[in-house]
Amino acid sequence: MPRQDRLLEIGNLQKHFPIRKGLWRREVGVVKAVDGVDLSIDKGRVLGLVGESGCGKTTTGRCILRAIEPTAGEIHFRMNGEFVDVAKLGLQKLRELRRHMQMIFQDPYASLNPRMTVKDIIGEPLVVNGLAKGRMLEDSVVELMKKVGLRPEYLRRYPHAFSGGQRQRIGIARALALNPSLIVCDESVSALDVSIQAQILNLLKDLQSEFGLTYLFIAHDLSVVRHISDNVAVMYIGKIAEVAETDTLFESPKHPYTEALLSAVPLPDPRAKLERILLSGETADPTDTSKGCYFHPRCAYSRSLCAVEMPKLRSVAGPGQEEHLVACHYAEDLSLKGIEAYTA
Amino acid sequence: MSKQNEPSSGNLGPQGTSEGTHVVRTYNDEERIYVASQWQLMWWKFRKHKLAVISGVALVLIYLLGVFCEFVAPYDPNFHNVRLVYAPPQRIRFVDHEGNFSWHPFVYKHKQQIHPVTLRRTYTEDQTKIYPIKLFVRGHSYKMWGLWQSNLHLFGVEDGGTVFLLGSDRLGRDLFSRILYGARISTSIGLFGVLLSFVLGVIIGGFSGYYGGAFDAVIQRIIEFIRSIPTIPLWMALSAALPPHWPPLRIYFGITIILSLIGWTGLARVVRSKFLSLREEDFVMAARLVGANEFRIVVRHMVPSFLSHIIASVTLSIPGMILGETSLSFLGLGLRAPIISWGVLLQEAQNIRTVALSPWLLLPGLMVIITVLCFNFLGDGLRDAADPYAR
Repeated sequence: MPRQDRLLEIGNLQKHFPIRKGLWRREVGVVKAVDGVDLSIDKGRVLGLVGESGCGKTTTGRCILRAIEPTAGEIHFRMNGEFVDVAKLGLQKLRELRRHMQMIFQDPYASLNPRMTVKDIIGEPLVVNGLAKGRMLEDSVVELMKKVGLRPEYLRRYPHAFSGGQRQRIGIARALALNPSLIVCDESVSALDVSIQAQILNLLKDLQSEFGLTYLFIAHDLSVVRHISDNVAVMYIGKIAEVAETDTLFESPKHPYTEALLSAVPLPDPRAKLERILLSGETADPTDTSKGCYFHPRCAYSRSLCAVEMPKLRSVAGPGQEEHLVACHYAEDLSLKGIEAYTA
Repeated sequence: MSKQNEPSSGNLGPQGTSEGTHVVRTYNDEERIYVASQWQLMWWKFRKHKLAVISGVALVLIYLLGVFCEFVAPYDPNFHNVRLVYAPPQRIRFVDHEGNFSWHPFVYKHKQQIHPVTLRRTYTEDQTKIYPIKLFVRGHSYKMWGLWQSNLHLFGVEDGGTVFLLGSDRLGRDLFSRILYGARISTSIGLFGVLLSFVLGVIIGGFSGYYGGAFDAVIQRIIEFIRSIPTIPLWMALSAALPPHWPPLRIYFGITIILSLIGWTGLARVVRSKFLSLREEDFVMAARLVGANEFRIVVRHMVPSFLSHIIASVTLSIPGMILGETSLSFLGLGLRAPIISWGVLLQEAQNIRTVALSPWLLLPGLMVIITVLCFNFLGDGLRDAADPYAR
């Protein structure tokens, strides 16, 4: 049973997509998009989930919400004070779960139905759950619009009247409507201009502290993740490579992949020496079932063991330190370079 | 959509408003665009497609003529006049042979001469007999829509004269009146046929796209099979199966069903592909995540998203139905006299003799061409306007 301040704890989450071929659509293999992920988030905290395109971040987020069905694994979520396994919920319970978990999408253009007014979009969660109607519905929607910084006069407008940033605010208001405890932000700022990204990030931060929200913040932009997250998990080809408290992870990474990712972060200091680690070779094929660490063909530190045995996610934190999990055989032996804390 | 509802500065189409040297954008104009629903945006975009608008108006006229054919037609379509067989169209004149102009249109009397050797009939104008064309004259009596008796006609001539605007056929029946009666049958068969295809297509295509899997695969193979059968032989076989003793009305519905049994496949594919693509849309997932049930997702999110596309493709598939009916009737396999449709009328123009000597009997074909073209232009305009949110 998970700890008491945990909101979400997932164990060995897997999602395999079948590859079908031929006239009879026979299954000829699987893509292991998520292949045994363990994660946990405490109440009121923000967990950043980073990794390159196609590493399974989004799939993990959608499995947690049961937007897609996980192949295997457990998703323990605290609902009304009790833990339930989201992966095994029946339809009835799932509808109840929807009120506790919401999602903010990446593309603010695709995620709003262009044929509905702002009032209908933000009000939909309230209407389908029978929480408000008529005058009360309008008041609640206006209240939500104010919370996310939209003018209430825009109530009857359609999404085509808004810019990307404003649309994302509408999406956030919709996610907040049911007063959820967990919000999965799936690349929620990556489709926006940099200046707008900052506004939306700050809005998300403000809302988090105001309502005590918990975020699973999926992104590929490390500076964005550093700005908002309490803890960061790094994912590589369906598996977790490293999890640590944000500053620890950025300053002293323990996994070679994390080091390579961090070396690509642009620094605001023009005199900073750039020592980019260029990964050679292709990312491993998630349909490939060969043994060994997925990262070893691209890893500068790989040794013979790496090609044979898949490393397990294990703790490398000393006694009294914050939790630090790494999936690397030689985590303790390597001295890897991070980025220094911002001195601003 | 009323006139005041329109924004004076449309940034929604390729043309915008070009009148005036400067375009003043007021707050109200912008607000009107911002709160415009999809149908308003579509209308603003559709309006810019001039050819489509004109075609739409023409189609409304053609359908109105079909609906009110008893009143508009000057003659009973089955009234024959043996003394005026294969009469050419009569010219409407405003100036008489002496050069006197009058605002009141009139026709000269048709005079028939029969060549003593070849027995060929020729017509000349008898310029001594003038028949003025009058509005709202009393003529043949008819039963309007089968409901009430009347003998009022929109126009006609009195005192035993004739007005054959488009000539007459081998029994001396007025072709103009017959084309109007034919319009009722030919254009409505397109509408009913498409309505039936629409229902079949949306239901079958919807289930196929929504559930996917084995059901979808079976439906798709059936559609491929139906589409691979050559249409004309299939129509011929099916209509040959209609019992010849059926009353005209039942034959009419039988032909409609035959046409739509083939027509639904195209629509089903459009609906299926829309369902497949919409199922993956973020806003559909968002609705599912807030707890909306499947019925609400289909009715509230998916159907409004593809309805306009379906209307456009329905419009584009009406001409196929009209052409189908015309071809079948022309070949003698569809509707048969005494039913009057454009295809039945064209049957009269099957031999070279009529085409050479009485070319006006081909005019029902011209009507078919005009109607089909109008539907195609209208469909093009609708299709272009169907997705006002395309970026």
